[in-house]
Amino acid sequence: AALKDGLRSQVSAALKEGRVTPTELCQRCLALIKSTKFLNAYITVAEETALKQAEESEERYKRGMLVYGIPIAVKDKKNAAGIETTCASNMLKGYISPYNATVVQKLLDHGAVLLGKTNLDEFAMGSGSTDGVFGPVRNPWSYSKQYKEKSVPKCHSEDEESNWVITGGSSGGSAAAVSSFTCFAALGSDTGGSTRNPAAHCGVVGLKPTYGLISRHGLIPLVNSMDVPGILTRCVDDAAVLLGSLKKHDPKDSTTIQDDFKKKKLPNLTDVSKLSIGIPKEYHAPGLSSEILALWSKAADLFRNAGAKVVEVSLPHTPYSIVCYHVLCTAEVASNMARFDGLEYGHRSDTKDSTESMYAATRREGFNDVVRGRILSGNYFLLKQNYEKYFVKAQKVRRLIANDFVKVFRSGVDILLTPTTLSDAAPYTEFIQEDNRTRSAQDDILTQAANMAGLPAINVPTALSERGLPVGLQFIGRSFQEKQLLTVAKWFEKQVQFPVIQLEEVKRHDNAVFQHQKSASFS
Amino acid sequence: MAARGCGGVWRRARQCGAGRPGPGPAPFPRRQRAVACNARGGAVPAGKSGLAPWIPVVGLEIHAQISSNSKLFSGSQVQFAAPPNSLVSFFDASLPGTLPVLNRRCVEAAVMTGLALNCSINKKSLFDRKHYFYADLPAGYQITQQRVPIAVNGSLSYSLCIDNKMSQMVTKTVRIKQIQLEQDSGKSLHDDTRCQTLVDLNRAGVGLMEVVMEPDMCSGEEAAAAVRELQLILQTLGSSQAVMAEGQLRVDANVSVHHPGEPYGVRTEVKNINSIRFLAKAVDYEIQRQIEELENGGTILNETRAFDSKLGCTVPMRDKEGKQDYRFMPEPNLPPLILYDAKSLPANMNHQQVINIDWIHERLPDLPSVKREKLVEQYGILPEHSFTLLNEDGLAEFFESVVNQTQMKPKKVIGWILNDLLSYLKQHSLTVKESPVSSFLLADLLNLLEKKEISSTAAKQVLVELWKGEGKTPLEIVKEQKLELLQDQKELEQICQAVIDGQENE
Repeated sequence: AALKDGLRSQVSAALKEGRVTPTELCQRCLALIKSTKFLNAYITVAEETALKQAEESEERYKRGMLVYGIPIAVKDKKNAAGIETTCASNMLKGYISPYNATVVQKLLDHGAVLLGKTNLDEFAMGSGSTDGVFGPVRNPWSYSKQYKEKSVPKCHSEDEESNWVITGGSSGGSAAAVSSFTCFAALGSDTGGSTRNPAAHCGVVGLKPTYGLISRHGLIPLVNSMDVPGILTRCVDDAAVLLGSLKKHDPKDSTTIQDDFKKKKLPNLTDVSKLSIGIPKEYHAPGLSSEILALWSKAADLFRNAGAKVVEVSLPHTPYSIVCYHVLCTAEVASNMARFDGLEYGHRSDTKDSTESMYAATRREGFNDVVRGRILSGNYFLLKQNYEKYFVKAQKVRRLIANDFVKVFRSGVDILLTPTTLSDAAPYTEFIQEDNRTRSAQDDILTQAANMAGLPAINVPTALSERGLPVGLQFIGRSFQEKQLLTVAKWFEKQVQFPVIQLEEVKRHDNAVFQHQKSASFS
Repeated sequence: MAARGCGGVWRRARQCGAGRPGPGPAPFPRRQRAVACNARGGAVPAGKSGLAPWIPVVGLEIHAQISSNSKLFSGSQVQFAAPPNSLVSFFDASLPGTLPVLNRRCVEAAVMTGLALNCSINKKSLFDRKHYFYADLPAGYQITQQRVPIAVNGSLSYSLCIDNKMSQMVTKTVRIKQIQLEQDSGKSLHDDTRCQTLVDLNRAGVGLMEVVMEPDMCSGEEAAAAVRELQLILQTLGSSQAVMAEGQLRVDANVSVHHPGEPYGVRTEVKNINSIRFLAKAVDYEIQRQIEELENGGTILNETRAFDSKLGCTVPMRDKEGKQDYRFMPEPNLPPLILYDAKSLPANMNHQQVINIDWIHERLPDLPSVKREKLVEQYGILPEHSFTLLNEDGLAEFFESVVNQTQMKPKKVIGWILNDLLSYLKQHSLTVKESPVSSFLLADLLNLLEKKEISSTAAKQVLVELWKGEGKTPLEIVKEQKLELLQDQKELEQICQAVIDGQENE
């Protein structure tokens, strides 16, 4: 692990010094994508365009781009011109977007190479990356030496095949892709925890920026008022680089703001004694595993021992967050999904009896039960007779939740420290015992209050559980104080020394360049 | 049948619309109107039964397409009669992931219109989504302003003549409830023979101002006069071209009837009205239909009806749109629309980024009512003539141009403009701009008349020649046709002598 820091900037340096070309790097990633196909992390691998971009990147090298030649993957919920954008739904199977999402465009402009589109829950509705039309994503850690050593003895009677664990979601494909070294960074999206949750389960960094910092133009929406593009990387520094290349006011997204987040390198925090870390007691939620609870207090001690002020704080409206989220989310879903009628694009049913019956059949065939269920409840909440009772009330509770954070930060707390998930990743067979709605309600519980309040939050991989699976902790910062958040996260990352995943598939590709790549980062 | 019905209403409605002068302007125009209608007693038609008279109530919802280069939330061009689906951005087609970006020009047009209609402009207004499924509504919802519109509580004064006599005009006021910004829909073309619907999204997303007029009117004629005045205002402001035939101004009328002292009756909404003349007809037909229905023991359904201009009547529309629950929701992709005035304008704000209501107010052009007053005052013409001058596009300018080029008194010029020029143009269905006689030529002619070089009869003869548009000047025509008045005493004496001599010879 000590190697990790030493090699941190080697890929980028190797690229810049010409010791490895973007094309070579891209080819190796593509090869690794093939050998890890069983993870089902990618929906579309854009081999041809990726190689072309890599080639172009070589020509443009002298421009000193921020992510020059770096292979990245993008959740299949963001539009990339000329590549299928499916949202893991029958509704958009085969849909080729004519335009790039602003975030995709920015990454390409900064010299990145787009490898492909990653798997997710249909339209990002889920917390396991198990409910998409292309099948579930498998957590790379299921195949790690660490997991196999610790968990197999326990259940050796079972078929190893049924032992694999979920990635979490909904950006599970992106998390798995970063975790398995098939790309250096990936974009996800985060509406209720969809970036941080799979990041925690897959042992990668997952950053949810402040609402309004990064453009949503081209991100197919789940809940417009909470969605943000998420960033998944193998270390905090990389997340900072990516954020620096993405953030900026976008005239195409009226909810983005002008801001002064500098593209400077993150400073190395040496003194945390001036920091005040808040521990919100409500995050000691029902179902929180004792393992994670112990890790959480250990982390608090780490800060305390380093001289930081660690205080217990209260965010009293947190318990109402989930129901409130459910109402607001389904209402916006019902509205956002109204455009999928089969007329302009996407799936269209063969039913031709009338326009209405064509709509009905198209939507029945195009959406899965989860999406249809949310549309149904959302429309119910928006009915004239229910609007005040549910939607308006939920908006008021949302305000109270946001105010909780304002009060805590006003009291002098700089950063909140919480768990990201209740436990480590569940085996798929166990996960699917519960329905999507129940699962989402449980799994989002620690993450989605930050979306309600629009605050920046980050998952930092912290340790391995008893079963040898990653566990992460979450830092929540003040609005638009990404720099402070990332600086603290970076300090913490350095203290915990999270282990590198040991994967057979990666070992097989082991050579000089992959040494660099394996060692995590490009920044 | 229908035509006869209309005739009956027309007479009655005019009586109602004319009214006797009420007790002066009242703060509550609606109540005043109800009383005015009611007070006339005999003037309001008693039903066949001879019992209580009926009071018709008419409110209007007017959609004016904003005159702008691009659409309300996208960069697509706005253009009438372009090839189908040639003006469609990704946003207009509701491609997933696209977001609305508000067009500044559309906001300014709505502010101008609000100010011209005496509205208070809301410094903060909001956008909402109104949901319904329709083939020409690609997103499945329309972005509109349901909760807090951009302008509220205004009024519009309009005039109409009594008994079709231009000399007897009354001025009335209708309250403007609100003006809201919203998206236009696309167009569906139904091909019944092939059972197909073709969708054209060129119009989808074009900016509309919905102007809601309170039910302060009580006849087709009043509704028509109010809409005509609104049309003139919009055209003067340039906020909408407001050509009804091109769908830039669309009027839906809410009509009900009730007995004096009773609550308003059940109302119907009449759609599909595409000219001001048809608006008057449609409203009057609907009033008469409702009265007849009620007097025959029937009931009025709260329904949407379409005006059939060929038959001159309204017919129920089959769509159930009116009964839908639109499931309104705040538009999450647009922050509140904040407007400023001189007081609230932040000092360090980039002027490109803000809209200053006061700045727009100061730059409003003269509205039609002011223009008319000025014409009456400046040229001493009759008020009703000022209406005619403004009602024809370009006529007031033509008149002023002629006046400026002649010594003839404006009061005399107006006669030539209205009796000769206008009637010729009407006969030949020409606009003022298409007139074969320019203001310069007409002024030239009137100057000859004014200098007594030709007689008035000769002037008319010259004008007949001028209409041919052969490029001759009035003087050339006068000389060619020897139409000059003789002013030489000797020459005149000679002619007289010659006539007398001729007599004597006989």
